Amino acid sequence: MNLLDLLIAIPAIGFLIVLLIPRPMENFIRLFTLGFSLLTFVVSLGMVVGFQNGQAGQQFVTNVVWIQNPEIHYHVGIDGLSLWLIILSTFLTPIAILLSWNSIKERVKEYFALLLLLEFGLVGVFAAWDLFLFYVFWEVVLVPMYFMIGIWGHDRRIYAAVKFFLYTMAGSVLMLAGIIFLYLQGGTFDYASILDQLSSGKIVLNHLQETLLFLAFFLAFAIKVPLFPLHTWLPDAHVEAPTAGSLMLASVMLKMGTYGLVRFCLPMFPTAARENAPWIVILAIIGIVYGALVAMVQPNMKKLVAYSSVSHLGFVVLGIFSFTQMGLDGAVYQMLNHGISTGALFLLVGFLYERRHSLEIADYGGVATAAPWLSTLFLITTLASIGLPTLNNFIGEFLVLQGAAQVHFSWSIFASLGVILSACYMLWMYQRVFFGELSDEVRHHMPELNAREWACAIPLVVMMVWMGMYSQSFLPAVSETNAKILDQGKMTAPVRAMAQVNGGNANAR
Amino acid sequence: MQNLWLIPALPFIGFLINGIFGRKLPKVAINAIAVLSVVLSFGLVVGVGLSSDWGTNPVHQHYFTWIKSGAFEVGWDFAVDKLTMIMLMIVTGIGSLIHIYATGYMAHEEGYYRFFAYLNLFMFFMLNLVLAANYLILFVGWEGVGLCSYLLIGFYFVKKSATTAGNKAFIVNRIGDFGFSLAMFLIVVSFGTLDFAKVFEAAPGKSVEVLTAIAMLMLLGATGKSAQIPLYVWLPDAMEGPTPVSALIHAATMVTAGVYMCSRSAAIFTHAPAAMELVAIIGLLTAVFAATIGMTQYDIKKVFAYSTVSQLGYMFLGVGVGAFSAGVWHLMTHAFFKALLFLGAGSVIHACHGEQDMRHMGGLRKYAPWTMGTLACASLAIAGFPFTSGFFSKDAILGAAFAHAPWMFWVGVITAGMTAFYVWRAFWMTFWGEYKGHGHPHESPWSMLGPLVVLAFLSIAGGFLFNVPKILESMFPIKEVEGEMTLTAISVTFGLLGIGISYYMYVVNTELPGKIANSLGGFYRLVYDKYRVDEAYDTAVVQPLVEGSTTVLWHGVDQGVIDGIVNGVGHQSKGIGGVLRRIQSGNIRSYATWVAVGAVALLIALGLGGGVR
Repeated sequence: MNLLDLLIAIPAIGFLIVLLIPRPMENFIRLFTLGFSLLTFVVSLGMVVGFQNGQAGQQFVTNVVWIQNPEIHYHVGIDGLSLWLIILSTFLTPIAILLSWNSIKERVKEYFALLLLLEFGLVGVFAAWDLFLFYVFWEVVLVPMYFMIGIWGHDRRIYAAVKFFLYTMAGSVLMLAGIIFLYLQGGTFDYASILDQLSSGKIVLNHLQETLLFLAFFLAFAIKVPLFPLHTWLPDAHVEAPTAGSLMLASVMLKMGTYGLVRFCLPMFPTAARENAPWIVILAIIGIVYGALVAMVQPNMKKLVAYSSVSHLGFVVLGIFSFTQMGLDGAVYQMLNHGISTGALFLLVGFLYERRHSLEIADYGGVATAAPWLSTLFLITTLASIGLPTLNNFIGEFLVLQGAAQVHFSWSIFASLGVILSACYMLWMYQRVFFGELSDEVRHHMPELNAREWACAIPLVVMMVWMGMYSQSFLPAVSETNAKILDQGKMTAPVRAMAQVNGGNANAR
Repeated sequence: MQNLWLIPALPFIGFLINGIFGRKLPKVAINAIAVLSVVLSFGLVVGVGLSSDWGTNPVHQHYFTWIKSGAFEVGWDFAVDKLTMIMLMIVTGIGSLIHIYATGYMAHEEGYYRFFAYLNLFMFFMLNLVLAANYLILFVGWEGVGLCSYLLIGFYFVKKSATTAGNKAFIVNRIGDFGFSLAMFLIVVSFGTLDFAKVFEAAPGKSVEVLTAIAMLMLLGATGKSAQIPLYVWLPDAMEGPTPVSALIHAATMVTAGVYMCSRSAAIFTHAPAAMELVAIIGLLTAVFAATIGMTQYDIKKVFAYSTVSQLGYMFLGVGVGAFSAGVWHLMTHAFFKALLFLGAGSVIHACHGEQDMRHMGGLRKYAPWTMGTLACASLAIAGFPFTSGFFSKDAILGAAFAHAPWMFWVGVITAGMTAFYVWRAFWMTFWGEYKGHGHPHESPWSMLGPLVVLAFLSIAGGFLFNVPKILESMFPIKEVEGEMTLTAISVTFGLLGIGISYYMYVVNTELPGKIANSLGGFYRLVYDKYRVDEAYDTAVVQPLVEGSTTVLWHGVDQGVIDGIVNGVGHQSKGIGGVLRRIQSGNIRSYATWVAVGAVALLIALGLGGGVR
């Protein structure tokens, strides 16, 4: 049992124990989940320490048979791509728990238990190296989020939860079909083995099959990202979800989609991925501009941030489908950046909501006078979000746009429009919420940050600066893995072409 | 060689201390931290300047790798050559003076610590900008100074007009930065690096088309930061910020960053003649255009704001006609006299208890003699009065313009006349005649007058003392212009004419301006309303974007089309929805079971499907 196994086990054990704690011991439940999530985080840091840069393959591998027939493995491991996404999950879970401390008053036990379950699912998703196992974790993640929106959400929570569920399920079903198809072809769910068989020509896919399989996986991931025009579940889910739900949803769950694209779509179906890249890139760019424009006219803060996510995630997809080292590095870095800065935005919007009980921008104004530190942290987060150099998002956006420019200069022109628009929607919101005269309604409901809130926000701000100033702490591991993924695509292409010719001949005979 | 990083690091430390603890610190401490950090930084710059080896061997220091992806790498690198040295001197020198001035000017303002924290942060980013050894680090400073500009324009954040002006500055600059970013992308695509040294070395070998495209995109960036047509609109509004900010950021340093960037990129521009021509034309157009508006304004800061736009146009004219060093020279002298004009205006506003409308001033020569004396020096310099600083630099630009295309010289000379006119118009309106304001005007404290005196000296003698084209001769060879004496005589004549006409109109015959305005009627209104460019941008760009995004994209596409389809599908599968609603009220186990059942069902279904295949 290595650190990674431990990391998957701890939240699961924590979840089970919380279920056993008597319902009235609410404070104990809070402390317990916080402690468990912090323990998980510490263990995950151990993984950072033990992670070897310079070897692009998997590390911390465990591979044992889980189910005999059909043979499903518990096969987990991490590389530079999964490492930081796992750290992101374990880093944000304690924050999510801490920020829900007082705001969740009903069904406390279930709520905090679900947060641990969510963490379990997230770590699993990014660690799974067996397609079926991956699918199981993928679904596990769905459960707590569905309930968080549906039970602890706001007024239209049922609609939002069902919409979220239907959308995601629609994609998952297709992916499952794809996984099963691959199993029937290769006789295994093991991802490494499937990749091997694909590149060595043991699994032969004709052009149509590869395209359909690619689309099946792609659609599941694209919904999760979400890629325009599959994004309309996101604003509703965010607005209705409790703060911690929005935080985890935006920061980590959306990355399951982009992670899937990089992890599975590119290496398994390189030809189809490249063939379909043009229209995917166009959708990504539309998403960047469209998300920003719609964000610009939102009267509701959470909706604004939600649409801004559509825009930001468009950058990630653009980077991935540029098939360049810079584009892909930028995309992965942007996944992490978005996790930090949009997570922080939802967190701070949550603080405002707990004070004023409104998400409408129009109900605010003058907050900077009443709560200067809250306003300062919000400003730093805003600046990170709009890509100010020295803060995290800039590096990701720059690399993505540079990667895109390398392929088609016009891509970078249109995508860069999003950078202008992000300043519009964020600064307009900031002005209306924080500047101006302080009204009495705001004055009486706007205390300065308390210690617990500081504890939630400061780690995020520190990460914004760290990731913006010293990307070398994070990027090398990512780069190595990305280089390998790009290489796989290149290497398999000729083999694929030969296989296709052979397959074609066979059919002709 | 000293560590260059200390130069920006000092103000940054000042920013951190005042920003985090300033609220609890006494004013003396805030002052000491803010002023000392910049003055010490100035001392370091002088130290670097005095050390002998920088002139012949430009200094290059690498601190750490900032971004690395594949073969592409950007380091946090600083470099100093003569051009950087001049900029460093201006930024830290003028910066020190303005910090001192601000301790007096802002003494009674709320948020004192915040002001100085922002000002120090600005120094940090500005120094980063000029010390950068590659485009991306320059861009860090470029965006950073934009942020500080935003924060300081909106310093009085309770006032809506101030924060709106801040937003406008940031967003309009972002449009420029869009161009700058694309220029960088194109540089990386064609050069593979953003390092100045490598790019400039390889530039002559690249195709004219690529270089022209890069240069034009950079120009778009420069029009944003340096307030040129078509992106100048933010600068006049930026006067919402406190006056020391207008002097430091929106006159002497930040707005000249575009000129610096173009001069820095001379190796690219000189190989892109079409882009150079465009730079010259935009500069010239902006110079005339802003000067006409400046002649009609009554708000003293607005007059100087349009004057700044106009003078920046001159600098671009210089750069565009290939006289880079003349452009930088004017950048320096302008920093002296325009900083002084703004600080003087601040002193005037201070004297008049916050009044900015020149129609409510007048007669201040009796109450504020030091302010008047120093402002007279600045006004002479900007009018190009012989042997003042502005005379030398303007002359160098106009001479080069004549050599490039005589019509450019003539337009430039006419603009020089208008410049002399509007600056001296402001001078007469504030200091001559009778006092028409409220309360009793008073002279400013010495913390404010001291910097004014130093700047007055520099405005007069600065061109004489620092012959920038000579200093930069190794980087930008000087071209001799034929018939220079005649050209000089012509431009001086226009300058004196401007002063004379303003004296006649605003001291001798004060009825005349009104009559002229009336006789011009609609045209006068148009100029007075700044050609209604803001309104045009609003109708043509802002409104359609907001309206279109609301009705077409949000309500139409998002809620109408996409959600229409989704909800339609959802309606069809109402049965599933019903199940879900039941689950929602149920517990976790029942849900998990359901997922498992679903998964098994799918497995079976797909197993059958696999058979069909």
